[in-house]
Amino acid sequence: MTEERPVLFVDIFTMHQHFLSEQTLLSSEEIAEGVYLFSFRRNFNFLAGQVIGISIEKDGPRRLYSICSGEQEEEVKILYNVIEEGYLTPRLSDLTEGDTIWITEPRGEFLYDPAPAVWIATGTGIAPFYSMLRSGKYTNKTLIHGERYLERFYFYADFTAEMRDGYIRCCSGEDAVDVFGGRVTDYLKGVSALPHGYKYYLCGRAEMVVETRDLLIVRGIPFGNIVSEIYF
Amino acid sequence: MEPLFGKTLSELQQVTAALNLPGFSARQIADWLYKKRCGSVDEMTNLSKRGREQLKQNYLVGTTPFRNVQVSADGTKKYLFNTSLEKYVETAYIPDKERHTVCVSTQVGCKMGCLFCMTGKQGFQGNLTSGEILNQLRSIEEWERITNIVYMGMGEPLDNLEAVLKSLEILTSDWGYAMSPRRITVSTIGIIPAMKEFLEKSEAHLAVSLHTPFDVERKMLMPVQHVYPLKEVLQEIRSWDFGRQRRMSFEYIMFGGLNDSPRHIKELVKVLNGIRCRINLIRFHPIPDTPLVSSTDERIGAFREELNARGIITTVRASRGEDIYAACGLLSTKELSKK
Repeated sequence: MTEERPVLFVDIFTMHQHFLSEQTLLSSEEIAEGVYLFSFRRNFNFLAGQVIGISIEKDGPRRLYSICSGEQEEEVKILYNVIEEGYLTPRLSDLTEGDTIWITEPRGEFLYDPAPAVWIATGTGIAPFYSMLRSGKYTNKTLIHGERYLERFYFYADFTAEMRDGYIRCCSGEDAVDVFGGRVTDYLKGVSALPHGYKYYLCGRAEMVVETRDLLIVRGIPFGNIVSEIYF
Repeated sequence: MEPLFGKTLSELQQVTAALNLPGFSARQIADWLYKKRCGSVDEMTNLSKRGREQLKQNYLVGTTPFRNVQVSADGTKKYLFNTSLEKYVETAYIPDKERHTVCVSTQVGCKMGCLFCMTGKQGFQGNLTSGEILNQLRSIEEWERITNIVYMGMGEPLDNLEAVLKSLEILTSDWGYAMSPRRITVSTIGIIPAMKEFLEKSEAHLAVSLHTPFDVERKMLMPVQHVYPLKEVLQEIRSWDFGRQRRMSFEYIMFGGLNDSPRHIKELVKVLNGIRCRINLIRFHPIPDTPLVSSTDERIGAFREELNARGIITTVRASRGEDIYAACGLLSTKELSKK
């Protein structure tokens, strides 16, 4: 049975209090091959860019996922890839509307900053930036979004409508009009002058993040201006 | 075929039960795997012939020899192993008088993306199994001489907690290697939920990568700070009773002009107040394209003295195996993994 209020969970080893809440899925959809988006009703506040822990059993293994919806939207959305050898995502992908999951309270400090910035994302690493967009937090931002296939620019219409020329797609596996052919690192190599005073926010697979960070450092961006998110 | 090496006693009992072998045969298999170093099921001669034949249909011992070894001028060795993912990991053997330490890897690559680490530059290719972790010990030339084990090689151990805990159980159980947990240290950057579980389920020592007591600086160096900030990591550690035998230590790589000032000493003393611990200072070993530099030996020495004077036991870890890229933060199989 779904509980309306979060459950107070006291860790017997630390006596720290954690809020775990049971949530009922409102939807779960495979939006591209092996990539799922599910939603549940929002009954807590969070900041765009934060993560929540998700498990399919109250005491089961939890994994962290970035929230992929706006701070004020009625539904919380989560975007994830199915990792075939993983424990959680194959099971999550079997869930449908009405099924139950457990979530932790939101946490994390990969947050929106009003200063001018470049956002760089690949794969489901787009989630925190989409959350910022849906929260109206995208002024002074450029988003460079890398994918292997065109069908994986899931939120293309929303980003284009709001960010216009500030939304740059890089596709390494297919060609299309208005899409840079190559990886995000290829795109950055071709930019003649990267603004040194901007912050650069990176979210995606670890290899992309470290390659991009190295490239930015070589191009003179102070490492203090590079903000990386871990992609668990 | 599934490897037996790396299975715990309860897992071996499941295997023998499924094959209708006698209840005691699981301990016999554990004995062959972990005490007698057998290389094949055929060598398990106190199992019935029928039992061995049944085992061989689905299982093999599953240990693998090292693929390559490099030897440093200082005696440190760096071993290369294949993994089941058709990737590679490295293992460092560090002799020091009577002490023979092995630094094992737990993942192929790493997700954590720390700015100063070579392993992080190769991204993440997968987790090692408990058998692959233990194989790095069992299959090196110095196996009989090992006195200490540190989980500080490639990968974040607590991002592969299940395999790490299984390997620790096998290392420390009487049916396994019967090694004291006080000779084993597991290092983490501070993944809090996994750290809690590790502290609860293991008695091995814990080391946490600290590197700066300041939030803004730690975020620059270690992306994990965005999710599990040091303040919360220390709060968690404070809530544990480490007892008299279990050791809590903090790793602190010394970066010139970044984290080696008197301000850092003052803040370290403040944030570690109430935690019975020691600090290991580590000279930074430069990696390609890094914007970081090491503190000078003089500054590292002064930093150590100032912390000791303020009541925090502080040592400087000797740099070992730098000429073969076996020193702290230098392990990487990026080029091999691309092939």
